[in-house]
Amino acid sequence: MTTVAPVKNFDDVKPQTPWSASMRDRQMTLGLVIAAVVTSFVIVGITPMKGKLAYFVIFFAALLALDYTYSRLKFGKAAGVDSFFKTLFTVAICITVLPIVSILWSVWQRGHKGLHWTLFTQNMKQADFTGPVGQGGLIHAIIGTLIIIAIAVVISVPIGILTAIYLTEIRGRFSRPIAFLVQAMSGVPSIVAGLFILAAIVYPLTRHFNGFEGSIALAILMIPTVARTSEEVLRLIPEDLREAGLALGGTQWRSVALIVIPAARSGLFTAIILGVARIIGETAPIVLLTGGANVMNINPFSGTMESLPLYIWTGLLAGTPESFTRAWAGILILLALVIILFTGARYLGSKKAAN
Amino acid sequence: MGKGRAFFEGSRRLACGAELHPSFTFRSPIARILAVNKGEDPQVSSSTLQSNIALPEKREITTTPRLSDRIFRGVVTGGGLSSLVILGLILIFLAYEGYNTLKAQGIHFFTGSKWAATTGANGHVDFKASHFGIAAMLIGTLICATIAVLIGVPIAVSASIFLTFYAPQAVKKLAVTVIDLMAAFPSILFGLWGYFVLDPIGVYWAKLIHKYFNWIPIFQMPAGPYFDRSPLIAGLILAVMIIPIVTSISREIFAQTPLDRIQAAYALGGTKWAMIKNVAFPYARSGVVGGTMLALGRAMGETVAVYTVLNIVYQINWHILLGAGGNVASMILLQFGDASQEEVKALMAAGLVLFAMTLIVNSIANLIVNRSVKGRS
Repeated sequence: MTTVAPVKNFDDVKPQTPWSASMRDRQMTLGLVIAAVVTSFVIVGITPMKGKLAYFVIFFAALLALDYTYSRLKFGKAAGVDSFFKTLFTVAICITVLPIVSILWSVWQRGHKGLHWTLFTQNMKQADFTGPVGQGGLIHAIIGTLIIIAIAVVISVPIGILTAIYLTEIRGRFSRPIAFLVQAMSGVPSIVAGLFILAAIVYPLTRHFNGFEGSIALAILMIPTVARTSEEVLRLIPEDLREAGLALGGTQWRSVALIVIPAARSGLFTAIILGVARIIGETAPIVLLTGGANVMNINPFSGTMESLPLYIWTGLLAGTPESFTRAWAGILILLALVIILFTGARYLGSKKAAN
Repeated sequence: MGKGRAFFEGSRRLACGAELHPSFTFRSPIARILAVNKGEDPQVSSSTLQSNIALPEKREITTTPRLSDRIFRGVVTGGGLSSLVILGLILIFLAYEGYNTLKAQGIHFFTGSKWAATTGANGHVDFKASHFGIAAMLIGTLICATIAVLIGVPIAVSASIFLTFYAPQAVKKLAVTVIDLMAAFPSILFGLWGYFVLDPIGVYWAKLIHKYFNWIPIFQMPAGPYFDRSPLIAGLILAVMIIPIVTSISREIFAQTPLDRIQAAYALGGTKWAMIKNVAFPYARSGVVGGTMLALGRAMGETVAVYTVLNIVYQINWHILLGAGGNVASMILLQFGDASQEEVKALMAAGLVLFAMTLIVNSIANLIVNRSVKGRS
């Protein structure tokens, strides 16, 4: 009679995964990578191809070739092809992530030199874009952006959420065309939105640039994002909740307002945040419509207004090292705002998923 | 029912542990009604029962919505139709403002490449005598967008395959977050990065391509070696911009590949690549095509990022390495700076063409994507 030793500690028992890579496989992969690195150094050393990118390209090419040859010799043709494509797809994800890393790195590297406290306390009234970096600030641009975005949110959020409610709750006869048009609207180029406001409001009515016109153009760009994200969120609300509301004798209006919307609240906030992230850096309509200013203007209905993208744009066009540094500092602040918004949307989204 | 009554009356402790006031007699409604019917309930006589509980009036059951619902539906439908209204207004206003230009220039608006306003005797722009042609811009837009799609889409689709079928969970989560973040980057950021970082790299590669492939016509250099801010570099920055979009659409479609077919491919002894080639690709093909067209539409309408890395030249140029290209959106932004109000009307005609182009490409793309995503889920 055989006895099985009782298991003392279940943490020590690991499930068997015969398909996962063994120690030997890992060593082989590491060996291939090292071989590819060596190859790339040798080739860059003895041929005229030079530069960081040459290293990258030759490294990936060598890795592909070595990987294919090894698998082909060891396991046969099918395995060779399989391993070739696996490496190819891995290379693709590296290439995809590479620009992101490069963007984040260059924004930090070039932008942090332009950061100083007066950025958040002063405007550009007494300073010039081409002047020394320590002078002036962009508080007027930050406030301007906040005002413009706030008005755009006030305009676009009701429209966007109403559209989403129409698509998910009313489901009327226009549902399909509206869903289609909202998608089409998300492809409207930002400059076209700017031209439209120019043609519809500035030339025939106001004849002056102001912040409010920029807000309307941004609202046009924000509506599809809000509508589509809210629609997805509202679709996740279980049908039972709506039916329960109706079964209790509530009208559709009350079951939507008191049951569906509160249940979807955090998702709707995510939609708004994503919409804001979409428009906060929009430059073309702002350049066309708000006019730009050196000083703080908190009245969106009268007088030109500065905003962060416009500040960066001006810095870029001024064309001196000082103005470039200002532009990079501006983009660093803008990027920080985008990342904060994005993280907030993710956080709300994950909380939603957890519930 | 003596036992039952004892139970109802006796248990003063609720499930939550709270103690009821001693004077309260805990009875279920059914027990109370039974007791009333038998006439043995001392607290409630049948007469008080009838007087206290008023039966609701009979209601007619109807499907007609109430006033509040009618208002609600009206408001929501109005909000829902706003996208139609806005798109319609854009079309009407741009067409109205651009009408003069289109009428005066006729077909030359699409075939000519010169952009020069002539002021007439009365001080206004003479639309007949002026030259407004966007042929070079249209072709330039298509070239840049095509380069972006040719470079970006294979990378994005491969990356999405890696994320769907190969990536470990942790890598997948991180990469998806980072790529989604990149999709939220503002275009001015790409413009700045393109101008300062990508342009020098692009020039280096353009020189290499020119050196080794100048027997291919599009890689030739007709006028003095000038590699800076070429259509190739504009295409590269657009490729970087569309990669996150295409990646997330393709990932969504690849993730819907039916598991039973994947497992069937493995059960037949297929490798992972064989499964992807024979199961995932045929399944996802049309969706990926739609995603590509969506990216094409985005690439055609991009303004600021292209503006910084492309020399706008009013001449049709097929040589993608030469630093002279065209782009409708960037041209509008470039000309707007020193355009009179009447010249802007010519720009609005160009904007109308751009709007129509992106709308058509986007609509076709959305039709394809919707069919392939919804039809199968």
